[in-house]
Amino acid sequence: MKYKSVFDIIGPIMIGPSSSHTAGAARIGRMARNLFNREPKWAEISFYGSFAKTYKGHGTDVAIVGGLLDFDTFDERIIHALDLANEKEMKITFIEEDALTDHPNTARVRIGDDNGELELVGISIGGGKIEIIELNGFELKLSGHHPAILVVHEDRFGAIANVANILAKHQINIGHMDVSRKEKGKMALMTIEVDQNIEQAVLDEITALPNITKVTKIVD
Amino acid sequence: MFRNVAELVELAESQGKKISQIMIEQEMQVTGRTREQVIGMMDKNLEVMEKAIERGLNGVHSHSGLTGGDAVLLQEYIKKGNFLSGEIILDAVSKAVATNEVNAAMGTICATPTAGSAGVVPGTLFAVKNKINPTREQMIDFLFVSGAFGFVVANNASISGAAGGCQAEVGSAAGMAAAAIVEIAGGTPSQSAEAMAITLKNMLGLVCDPVAGLVEVPCVKRNAMGAANAMIAADMALAGITSRIPCDEVIDAMYKIGLSMPVGLRETAQGGLAATPTGRELEAKIFGISLDVKKK
Repeated sequence: MKYKSVFDIIGPIMIGPSSSHTAGAARIGRMARNLFNREPKWAEISFYGSFAKTYKGHGTDVAIVGGLLDFDTFDERIIHALDLANEKEMKITFIEEDALTDHPNTARVRIGDDNGELELVGISIGGGKIEIIELNGFELKLSGHHPAILVVHEDRFGAIANVANILAKHQINIGHMDVSRKEKGKMALMTIEVDQNIEQAVLDEITALPNITKVTKIVD
Repeated sequence: MFRNVAELVELAESQGKKISQIMIEQEMQVTGRTREQVIGMMDKNLEVMEKAIERGLNGVHSHSGLTGGDAVLLQEYIKKGNFLSGEIILDAVSKAVATNEVNAAMGTICATPTAGSAGVVPGTLFAVKNKINPTREQMIDFLFVSGAFGFVVANNASISGAAGGCQAEVGSAAGMAAAAIVEIAGGTPSQSAEAMAITLKNMLGLVCDPVAGLVEVPCVKRNAMGAANAMIAADMALAGITSRIPCDEVIDAMYKIGLSMPVGLRETAQGGLAATPTGRELEAKIFGISLDVKKK
């Protein structure tokens, strides 16, 4: 079941006008920023399907940039996000794509600065709930039915075992795990679906491990 | 964890509990939060809803100028006393409209289940409040009942206009509200399910065709009718009327209708009211596009 909490249905508290096109978009932008770990200097945002056709009317552009500025769905600064980004000299490009995607509300977000880049694909599935389906070219095989974390790490021996050990220590059972990398010894990604909710303290413990770059809870 | 309406009703009736209690208990179990925390969070949502209605009833207008001020007109009309339908229904309608007018103006609202359909649940709640005089706790329970039915729809069908049309948004919201009205008025869990089924049956097929892609026309007035629909279906269920098609099958029908709906009628502003001559003219005016260019 993709919707697990009553507050997925009654909520979120948000700035209008659309939970999927405004709140969901803000959450996709904020997830990108969170995974990037800092405010980007530039962003290239591609909209597909209903997002491409109606983003101006729904304030999807404003909201996704608001997310990049780390604003939550109810933050009234979202309304002025484009101006605020401009003041910070963040360079934003929007692209309306014609290509058909599996989900009608899809956005591809590329962000970066002098030190790096990040690219993710997010879908907004309704009522403000989102799923990240691709990160830096890695397809994320998340069911959305269980809590999940993403671990960006260096491709070194022991990295996976260390993460699994910490989860085991806290009696958190792994239901599904996916490991992918682009090149041997470079950046790699663990996608881990678990049966129990993971506390921030556990995430901090994983982050402190050697060869771990970033740990993010991607599904609650 | 309940997966459908039949299981939800069975859980409640076998334990002699209200639907709201079942939802609260499941939330505690899934999230590990205490009862106080869960109720406190819902109380916050209720506060946001109340403020949005208040703001809308004071008069608010969207940036496009397409919507605003109708909640005020309706309240003034009610005060004159010459209305034809009923005071609570019109009050619910005006409060639903008030919420969606605030939403259209990029104000703060609580999505129930979505922003475009955020007026129906609070609109009916704050209208029924004047008749029933519920406690704050009962009002919070109203939102848990709505949430329980919305939870089933979201997991078995869809609550997204882009995926399932307006039936999935205002349709779901109206069904959720009808079920909650039944509980707050003292009805049984199965009567709540009947009210949801009756409402949703009358929302099936409703397309999502927002003019200029804005959540304004026809969204605000669809919330108005969603609220009216919910009130009447709740009264029908409380009168003992049942739906020949069980609630879960109605939800499944909604899901399948959504799958077969053309893309132009699923929140793309390409069909329906969005594609009428006036719809197109408004779109051109709002976004400053010349109509000739648009037609190429």
